[in-house]
Amino acid sequence: MKDYALVITEDNTAEIATDKVISQIRVLKDEGFRFVTMSSADLGESVCVVYHMDKDLELVNLKVDVPKGKTIPSIASVFSCAFLVENEIKEHFGVDFDGLPLDFQGMLYNDEEVQRTPFCKIGITRI
Amino acid sequence: MARTVLPFGPQHPVLPEPLHLTLTIEDEIVKEAIPKLGYVHRGLEKLAEIRDHTQMIQIVERVCGICSTLHAMCYCQGIEALMGVEIPPRARFLRVVWAEMHRMHSHLLWLGLFADAFGFESLFMQFWRIRERIMDLQEATSGNRVIVSVNLVGGVKRDIDAETARWILDTLKIVEKETLQLKSTIMDDFTVKSRTVGKGVLTKEKAYELGAAGPTLRASGIVQDMRQTGYAAYSELDFSPVVETDGDCYARTVCRFNEIFQAIDLIRQAFAKLPAGELAVKAKGLPNGEVVSRVEQPRGEVLYYLKGNGKKFLDRLRIRTPTFANIPPLLDMLPGCDLADVPVLILTIDPCISCTER
Repeated sequence: MKDYALVITEDNTAEIATDKVISQIRVLKDEGFRFVTMSSADLGESVCVVYHMDKDLELVNLKVDVPKGKTIPSIASVFSCAFLVENEIKEHFGVDFDGLPLDFQGMLYNDEEVQRTPFCKIGITRI
Repeated sequence: MARTVLPFGPQHPVLPEPLHLTLTIEDEIVKEAIPKLGYVHRGLEKLAEIRDHTQMIQIVERVCGICSTLHAMCYCQGIEALMGVEIPPRARFLRVVWAEMHRMHSHLLWLGLFADAFGFESLFMQFWRIRERIMDLQEATSGNRVIVSVNLVGGVKRDIDAETARWILDTLKIVEKETLQLKSTIMDDFTVKSRTVGKGVLTKEKAYELGAAGPTLRASGIVQDMRQTGYAAYSELDFSPVVETDGDCYARTVCRFNEIFQAIDLIRQAFAKLPAGELAVKAKGLPNGEVVSRVEQPRGEVLYYLKGNGKKFLDRLRIRTPTFANIPPLLDMLPGCDLADVPVLILTIDPCISCTER
């Protein structure tokens, strides 16, 4: 398996429920994994959030399917550095993270005048 | 002592790019730092929806000028994995040559900017004078000084002939000699050391936990470099990461300085082993599926998440750049430092804001 270009398949990537996110990430942290980043993609009715973790250059990905407008727990309590990417996903895709220690209210990059989530094909309007 | 809130940036003499930090200080000691981004956010990732996957190479090259060829390499590597394309050996070695040229010119640029940050302007000019030689090599081999557009899905589009290779190796000898002449100034000078030693210490544990990348991570004693995964032709070259242990501004400087010599060595090895043959293979089909591609940029690990759907436009392109990863460690380093050291600390993560914001 080439870790520098890892094709995500059902065999190498687990799909987890939103309420299991923190416990799964904590397990990986206890095993010595490093938080690399999170990615997200618009699936229409929901947003797919992928957690990328790394240990000794081996990449592990966890997938979570988040229905649009729903909240998922922030993993900043486990990896404090995650607050930045969570703010980015919140701004671009409208995914709300519960427990964000530093919440830019969807204005990490854009100004207040940007009212919709710019990376969703069907956007969510900021309230 | 009352606390004072001080805006740092987005326009600041030490910052080549706009970054804003809200600093809370008490008696000239930083207590808290809150970042504000968004001054150069261009939404480049969104262009993947209206530019096909081959046109996107030109877009990702412009995410960051300094790392242009490495962005394209990481992107192409991901698309090649999705399409099952194996690139020719000569292309793999040539990708190493351009990647290491980029590393050298980026580190020389940074060393100059860093010297300028603590007011050592003659050292700044010396480093940039050496950097010009690398820029000439890039222009001669790719047609451009900064945006080195050589990658395509399936290989590279330019070759380096034997005569040019000899000229590159001769120039690298001069670069090596001239850079070595500055070694005692950057490493032993009292003034430089007084501004860097013991400043902005990032412990090994913190660097790992906060997800630091590149020289910021390795200067804290962690042996991690994406080149160890063996992408392009690194698996066939003799390579071990440059590591320092002190985790301070000085260690990060030494780490980058030594990586210049490592890059020269890697280019020499790549030319010594450069196989003959094709430059590229034709990539057939369209990308379908998800892939995570990673390479080591001068500033650290870059990650591309690509999601294709079997059509010519990608569903999603996500880029995590090394500066994005190094902002949380920076926010951890700043509290407790003198206000006068803030510019030096910010520069030691080698911030690239246009990369970070895309």
